[in-house]
Amino acid sequence: MSFDIAMTGFVALYIFMLAAFAGWVIIGNVPAILHTPLMSGSNFVHGIVVVGGLFALFNASTPLEQAIGFFAVLLGAGNAAGGYAVTDRMLAMFKTSDAKPAHAHGHGHGKVHHLKKS
Amino acid sequence: MFTLVSQLVIGVADLCAAFLFMFGLKRMSSPATAPSGIRLAGLGMIAAVLASFLYLFTVDPAARPHLLVNISLAVTALLIGGLGAWFVGRKVAMTAMPQMVAIYNGMGGAAAGLIAAVELFGGHTHGVTQLVVTLLGGCIGAVSLSGSAIAWAKLDGVLNKPLRFKGQQLVNAVALMASVAVAGVILASVLGVGGLLLPTSTWIWIFFASALVFGILMTLPIGGADMPVVISIYNAFTGLAVGLEGFVLQNPALMIAGMVVGAAGLLLTVIMAKAMNRSIANVLFSNFGTVAKAKSGAIKGTERPTEASDAAIKMRYASSVIIVPGYGLAAAHAQQKLYEFVKLLLAAKVSVKFAIHPVAGRMPGQMDVLLAEAGVPYDMIFQLDDINDDFATTDIALVIGANDVVNPAARADKSSPIFGMPILNADKAAQVYVIKRGQGKGYSGIVNALFYSPNCNMVYGDAQAVLVKMIEAVRGLGAAAA
Repeated sequence: MSFDIAMTGFVALYIFMLAAFAGWVIIGNVPAILHTPLMSGSNFVHGIVVVGGLFALFNASTPLEQAIGFFAVLLGAGNAAGGYAVTDRMLAMFKTSDAKPAHAHGHGHGKVHHLKKS
Repeated sequence: MFTLVSQLVIGVADLCAAFLFMFGLKRMSSPATAPSGIRLAGLGMIAAVLASFLYLFTVDPAARPHLLVNISLAVTALLIGGLGAWFVGRKVAMTAMPQMVAIYNGMGGAAAGLIAAVELFGGHTHGVTQLVVTLLGGCIGAVSLSGSAIAWAKLDGVLNKPLRFKGQQLVNAVALMASVAVAGVILASVLGVGGLLLPTSTWIWIFFASALVFGILMTLPIGGADMPVVISIYNAFTGLAVGLEGFVLQNPALMIAGMVVGAAGLLLTVIMAKAMNRSIANVLFSNFGTVAKAKSGAIKGTERPTEASDAAIKMRYASSVIIVPGYGLAAAHAQQKLYEFVKLLLAAKVSVKFAIHPVAGRMPGQMDVLLAEAGVPYDMIFQLDDINDDFATTDIALVIGANDVVNPAARADKSSPIFGMPILNADKAAQVYVIKRGQGKGYSGIVNALFYSPNCNMVYGDAQAVLVKMIEAVRGLGAAAA
């Protein structure tokens, strides 16, 4: 038994296709007001490349490979950590005028503060 | 046994990471749920990174003697890169966000390119498909790196002018062809058709160098106002590069994350291009500035300057005001002062709304973030389509550091280079005030018909200085009344 993931070309293409569609639809629902945090958030998500960098570095056997792998991990980690830090900071800034009017209208939870989207 | 368990754990962790990324991005569909979204995605990242240390149980036999060195290198890189970027990210000014996004795009692209380099130099790739995908991912990653570096330099003001010269497209095309040709040579030599002239490793260096050069050449001619499109494109590029390297490493989490980001970047690119009524190809390959110069001075009338205090008092006694912020607001770091002024208006029972154009600023959504930072509640912020009809029934439109996005020539003047671009109808308000650094044209060099229209007054000066005066004027009124 093995849990190794083996992907042939076509399976990979299916994954790419589905991920692209899912991404397009999910991102299409993000309101324009959040486009900057969305962008830095997707910066953060592509920081997952650090995992690839770690894999490459662990399997490095020459100084050149080690050096390249080191920088791949360095940049990937920076990409992920920095992307997270700025996105988290930005998202914490978005506030409604005050919660009271919303409560007065009877919708108690934050979800109803949806932006108007035509 | 260890091998089996570690494979299982890595598989599950990566699956969780992919799920949490998608779910986290899904929660970005509202500002109320978005903060939890990024935290969930963060958990996914931590899980994936921790689990990847289990790769240690399945390393190449050749790498086994270097295991300790590699581990310490990995931990060092994670700590330096992670902590360094974390502290910078916590501190950086909100007005510098476009630069930061450009940097992160470049870092991600570079990491993807470096992974491709390890695979190529180490000869880890097997078969034509893997090799081609590695080369493609490496090329896109390298282009994203050097292109983002140039984009950063432009956004940060290090590079001020778009660099254009005759035959530029031809040079760019040659650079791209060179990368493709070198990729072909590498393919041939790895597959054993025969090394050509130089050793394979030299060709790999040349390959990356030519891709980097292409990225630089491609970005140099693009002007500042087109930056929202450029940033979006490099976001997409980096995602794509990561996804492709994910295939090479047989890691579906990288493939999915990369592809989702690729789709996100592409979608934003399309939205931005649409908001400028231009095709993506047009932004990338045409020299916008040269077209724009052709027509100017066709407008009759003069600009009417006015005092900041007069404008402020008019707004204080208006019943409705719509504010249109643009890059000038960010450049002057005036968002806090603006909200201070708005709070005075609100206290005087003036209805105030903010109108945001999709390409206002230097990246998608930049104005929204600046206003949020100043404390403006997001239910006062409206996007183009939601507010454009309100201008006609509004007393005063206040335009701060925005230019092309309120130029009525886009609606009427067929000869204008921005004809057809959707604009905010600020000119339809009963009275318009424009805060602007000085006379002269905007970033794209197009004359703005709005400034010459009879219902428009100009307030010249730095946005922050002008707003300070406006605040004083309204405060002075209150004091006089009391």
